[in-house]
Amino acid sequence: MNQINRLPGGLIDRTEEVKFQFNDKWMRGYPGDTLASALMANGQLLVGRSFKYHRPRGVFTAGSEEPNALVQLRRRAAQEPNTRATVVELFEGLYATSQNHRGSLEHDLLAVNDLFAPFLSAGFYYKTFMWPKAFWEKLYEPIIRSAAGLGRLSMQEDPDSYDKGFLHCDLLVIGAGPAGLAAALTAGRSGARVILADEDFRPGGRLNAETLELDGMAGHHWAAQAVAELSAMGNVRLMARTTVYGAYDHGVYGALERCTDHLAQSDGKPRQVLWRIYSKRAVLAAGATERPIAFGNNDRPGILLAGAMRTYANRYAVAPGKQVAVFTNNDDGWRTAADLYAKGVEITAIVDSRDGPALLDIPGARHYGGQAVMDTVGRKGIKSITLTDGKVIPCDGLAVSGGWNPNVHLTCHQRGRPEWREDLCAFVPGGDLPPGMVVAGAANGAMTLAAALSEGAVKASAQIQDLGITPKGGDMPQAEDEPRETSAFWHVKASKKRAWVDLQNDVTVKDVKLANTEGFRSVELLKRYTTMGMATDQGKTSNIAGLAILAEQAGKTIPEVGTTIFRPPYTPVPLGALAGRARGTDFRPYRLTPSHKWAEENGASFVTVGNWLRAEWYTRPGEKGWRDSVDREASQTRTTVGICDVTTLGKIDIQGKDAGAFLDMVYANTFSTLKVGRVRYGLMLREDGICYDDGTTARMGENHYVTTTTTANAVVVFRRMEFVRQCLCPDMDVHLISITDGWAQFAVAGPKSRDLLRKVIDAEHDISNEAFPFMSCGPVTVCGGTPARLFRISFSGEMAFELAVPARYGNAMMAVLNEAGKEFDATPYGTEALGVMRIEKGHCTGNELTGQTTAHNIGLGKMVSQKKACIGNVLSQRPEMIRDDAVRLVGFRPVDRSRKLIAGSHFITKGDAANMANDQGWMTSVAYSPNLGYSIGLGFIKQGQDRMGEIVRAVSPIHGTDMEVEIVSPHFVDPEGERLRG
Amino acid sequence: MIINHPLLGPRDVAEFVYLGDAALIDRPDWQAPDAQAQFHAYGYLRDNPAGAHRELWYHEQGDRSWLVVTRDTVTHEISKVELARDVARARGRSK
Amino acid sequence: MRYSGFRVLKEGLTGNKGWGKAWREPDPKPEYDIVIIGGGGHGLATAFYLAKEFGLTNVAVLEKGWLGSGNIGRNTTIIRSNYMLPGNEPFYEFSLKLWENLEQETNYNAMVSQRSILNLFHTDGQRDAFVRRANAMLLAGADAELADAAQLRQELPFLDFDNARFPIKGGLFQRRGGTVRHDAVAWGYARAADSRGVDIIQNCEVTGFQIENGTCTGVETSRGPIRAKKVAMCVAGSSGRVAAMAGMRLPIESHVLQAFVTEGLKPVLPGVVTFGAGHFYVSQSDKGGLVFGGDIDGYNSYAQRGNLPVVEDVCEGGMAIMPMIGRARLLRSWGGIMDMSMDGSPFIDKTHIDGLYFNGGWCYGGFKATPASGFCYAHLLAKDEPHPTATELRLDRFITGNMIDEKGMGNQPNLH
Repeated sequence: MNQINRLPGGLIDRTEEVKFQFNDKWMRGYPGDTLASALMANGQLLVGRSFKYHRPRGVFTAGSEEPNALVQLRRRAAQEPNTRATVVELFEGLYATSQNHRGSLEHDLLAVNDLFAPFLSAGFYYKTFMWPKAFWEKLYEPIIRSAAGLGRLSMQEDPDSYDKGFLHCDLLVIGAGPAGLAAALTAGRSGARVILADEDFRPGGRLNAETLELDGMAGHHWAAQAVAELSAMGNVRLMARTTVYGAYDHGVYGALERCTDHLAQSDGKPRQVLWRIYSKRAVLAAGATERPIAFGNNDRPGILLAGAMRTYANRYAVAPGKQVAVFTNNDDGWRTAADLYAKGVEITAIVDSRDGPALLDIPGARHYGGQAVMDTVGRKGIKSITLTDGKVIPCDGLAVSGGWNPNVHLTCHQRGRPEWREDLCAFVPGGDLPPGMVVAGAANGAMTLAAALSEGAVKASAQIQDLGITPKGGDMPQAEDEPRETSAFWHVKASKKRAWVDLQNDVTVKDVKLANTEGFRSVELLKRYTTMGMATDQGKTSNIAGLAILAEQAGKTIPEVGTTIFRPPYTPVPLGALAGRARGTDFRPYRLTPSHKWAEENGASFVTVGNWLRAEWYTRPGEKGWRDSVDREASQTRTTVGICDVTTLGKIDIQGKDAGAFLDMVYANTFSTLKVGRVRYGLMLREDGICYDDGTTARMGENHYVTTTTTANAVVVFRRMEFVRQCLCPDMDVHLISITDGWAQFAVAGPKSRDLLRKVIDAEHDISNEAFPFMSCGPVTVCGGTPARLFRISFSGEMAFELAVPARYGNAMMAVLNEAGKEFDATPYGTEALGVMRIEKGHCTGNELTGQTTAHNIGLGKMVSQKKACIGNVLSQRPEMIRDDAVRLVGFRPVDRSRKLIAGSHFITKGDAANMANDQGWMTSVAYSPNLGYSIGLGFIKQGQDRMGEIVRAVSPIHGTDMEVEIVSPHFVDPEGERLRG
Repeated sequence: MIINHPLLGPRDVAEFVYLGDAALIDRPDWQAPDAQAQFHAYGYLRDNPAGAHRELWYHEQGDRSWLVVTRDTVTHEISKVELARDVARARGRSK
Repeated sequence: MRYSGFRVLKEGLTGNKGWGKAWREPDPKPEYDIVIIGGGGHGLATAFYLAKEFGLTNVAVLEKGWLGSGNIGRNTTIIRSNYMLPGNEPFYEFSLKLWENLEQETNYNAMVSQRSILNLFHTDGQRDAFVRRANAMLLAGADAELADAAQLRQELPFLDFDNARFPIKGGLFQRRGGTVRHDAVAWGYARAADSRGVDIIQNCEVTGFQIENGTCTGVETSRGPIRAKKVAMCVAGSSGRVAAMAGMRLPIESHVLQAFVTEGLKPVLPGVVTFGAGHFYVSQSDKGGLVFGGDIDGYNSYAQRGNLPVVEDVCEGGMAIMPMIGRARLLRSWGGIMDMSMDGSPFIDKTHIDGLYFNGGWCYGGFKATPASGFCYAHLLAKDEPHPTATELRLDRFITGNMIDEKGMGNQPNLH
């Protein structure tokens, strides 16, 4: 196919050809083309199918507002559905296919829907498909779903990468048309830090599309000159291919820069960058969007908006045909006739809904004043139009202009409401703009070139003046105020045929009327009932016509009916760009323990705990599954000695004269009475009296404590402590530092733990039971003078210590401990063995302290002091929280010791039916105890403290299990605690 | 959103963690005869205004200051930012 | 007029000229037995069940804007009953059962689609909690199913099983969960309530309460005073503002939740999927858009818009579990105002003022509750005693200490 519709001139580079494929057909275009202009040049007017009726559709606009020409761009994993052909830059080898048809684009089997259109009116699906009931999921919905949707995802991982960035400026100028360029030039010349962003690959806006002159120079030349000047300014960042998609609070704007979309390959570069722009002020110069007029069969390929037709002729040097008719309700439509004629296209008719004289004399073009287009012919490309007087005029292209709508979208992102301007027949930005934003040019209703230029300069001057910058160089070139008279004419009432309002979603004038008849009278209800404006173009070309027809039906004015407001994003943004680099294993950072390297080298497998990676077990030769390793680690720790990295527990250093009093406030029990060199278990409540966290606190000196938190709560406990310190007790002399990452900490547990540590801790430190009994703490040195802290605390229930060294020594310390432990048959152990041993001892962790648990539930009600001010003690005494029959934490073992308990089972009293009314509680944690030789569990059961020895059912209907278990003490091993004191 | 930190200047809201109404500074006396009722009101009942709201934000990714921010809950306009410690002292809190 | 396939055919053949109004547009009468404040999903459902179940039709629903203009029209359309606590699970299961018959009851196709909901889990601790929850669901007569990673790989091969930061260990299915065409719920209830005689009055804002000697006797509105034997607040999102007119302080904060939809796509997702290690849940609408959401923005807000950090956080969650959505585009985002309660659970209760009732605090779980909320509120209004599935949804539960805190986050609303 050759470029049969190519015209002379244009802003394309004819020195080289670009080959591309559409529906596997090779075609040619030029650099500077969009896919849409290249398709048009090649005579490919049929580009896609509509959503509901599968009507043949062609390119309708020349920008991001395109409702029709959506394609699937690229292949395989890079396939990109719903891509507007009107904004795709042509590149060598571009591959695109049409979408939303069954069979070929030319012969779409679902086009049969068009024949059934009378039965598919607005909201028809709410009125049927209800019988029989089960058929919705089985029959109706699958059919609807497979027919609905538009393009296809590849179902493969997005092969491209995306970046995020942050920019700051004095003035953000959105849109690089005449108003935006004038604004950026003014602010830039004045020395302000300016960002100028435009969605197009060629800045200039309508200057690139029109034949208007500035200072006697072609508009696109002036634009290029302005761009060159701006590019040379160090204080201006010019961002083409960048859409400002959202206006967020406090001058923050979201912008998407398309970096490699115009290239055949990304070559490892980020495809797009999502910018967050922090602006002190902004000028919105987003231009205007033309709107169509609704008339019979106004959706055929070859029917374009008049301004778009001009863009194609002037900028891309293409037209949809050789004989074009124009249908307009305003002066601007006439320019299309003039510009196309100048390019050698025959103008067969100028139909102006206004009854008046011809505005221009275009040879060969007949003017039909006070007339309208009532119908068109030509299924896959327009062939003729029929006027209201019945006259049929052949044509192969029709340019339609219903006037222009200022692009007010971003002014609405913070709930601003546009206002109706009668002279423009359009909504303009209202008074309630996002703070810091002003609007200039066509976006503000300044529809002519001269007005746009001057408004851009004036508004930018005022904006930077506000910031204390003196404006200079705001003189703008001479330009004309072209005729822009318009009229309110929305749809051709005489037309009996279906007249489209929303092209993509197939909403017609009849649908709007039906919605009104049925009572969907608010514009929001209209939108939701008919789906008008809900397609990928978000109603950019359709909303106002729909609104006007609704107003007419309701006998109201447009401002009385009101308008819908626009929400971000201005144009759709890929989810990949919004996620940026945070995907795959980079979704969140990894935190590694100090001994991670040693663990890797010694057979550890790792588990994710929050953002941490922790060793879960260490596999030894011959061990076949994780249970082998875990059983060995737990048994060995209880018989010899085990070593575990416990650095992930939160560690908070608390110092100051009031440190003790501070801890008394944040913990339910008392710490001010703790002696120096001693450690105490602490229980922390939330203000609502529920258990928040627990851990040990060591008093290292008179005014110095070190508190540990659970791994999960390290951050939130620290935050809460700062709240108490700054907001509740602002005069306490106390300071907090998080030292979680500063100290590597190792549990050394088991009967041989002291023997092992004696080899590591320098000899002058006496760690005998007499000198350093259970719950002691103090500074020590290790390995010949390295500072360390030693705590005699035990989570495993064995005689145990925790040794802390500065984090940089952590990996070496782990190696030294294990080396020193060899003669005692020491083992490193991971989180699983840690878990087994804590269940054997009945200690709580996150499975028990779920944020719903009271101290009473875990048998620690007495720890909550009522003799001092502390967080949570008052509300912990509410009646429902201290009931005798509340659930209590107890131990469980299977009556048949060979059975395996299941965490999450619920308890049912023997003889009762298993249902929610009889629910007695649930199993929180289970483990196989290698020391007991059977499965054990912890759990909450009503009044558990009084039910020792009772046999109840543990049911897990999700597993289909139901077993008898015995209620026992949660302390399965060494209930008297002799070992840990040994 | 951007919070103008009294010590550090304008900072993106992503650096902060939100807690709630600054009335949480006015913690009741645990020894009051109706302490439980007072703590119920303190812990659970909120004015929840549509308009100016004094609220607590914590600069977790920064200097760990708790701030009292006066922000309009309808427009998100921030009219005042104070150090919570100063507010607490002004409201009579001490140790 | 009864809707049916036959009717659609008949109207189609005669130019669709016979369709009547879906509901009347009455002027308010001076007095009603019951005035419901709020013409959203819950208010309209309450009116419908008052009429249908309790024979009370001298009822008005007062709506400040257009009907369904609140959160019924701006949510992610998910229905489910996968709750854990006894105060919640029977209520939500009751709701799900009402959803299952909604269309036949209202003669309106709201497209209740039981396409399943899947909650992914990523750690052993999460699995244990899900087993507990699944068993609670089954004990309450709901359905639940546990799947391991291998089964999920079969069913949802596009999830990230091989390169995930938080590997998927399995998931909890509720096959009876799914989605509903949200706006149609409001329209269906409105039409069905209207046809039974309920007055639905749009553009009628309540500006005050008539309270005499501790008894509420009516409301002041932008269209004049209306007397009522009982006044029922049903304005989640605005509860604080409306209750303040009656001098009430509530255990509620207003927060904004954003929701998102992509451009239309051919079928990708069979059901609802939620991420267990980040903030992301998603389904695909019948039109083809991926409808998704995440966490609330986290600060008190009455502005129906959110900010960028949450937008990006939610999309990060999406890409983390299904990296094939990278080239789908976000089409539209919006914000709804949530009544965030102090334990994450709602209220259906009398107030301390006689004749004044309260329904609110739905956090961001109100949509799925719509039928049961309406039914149970109607029950309370008609009989002055709570429906058996809603006995714990009391306003005084923070005084007694009987919280219904599914997430265990305590009295901080933005964490629920």
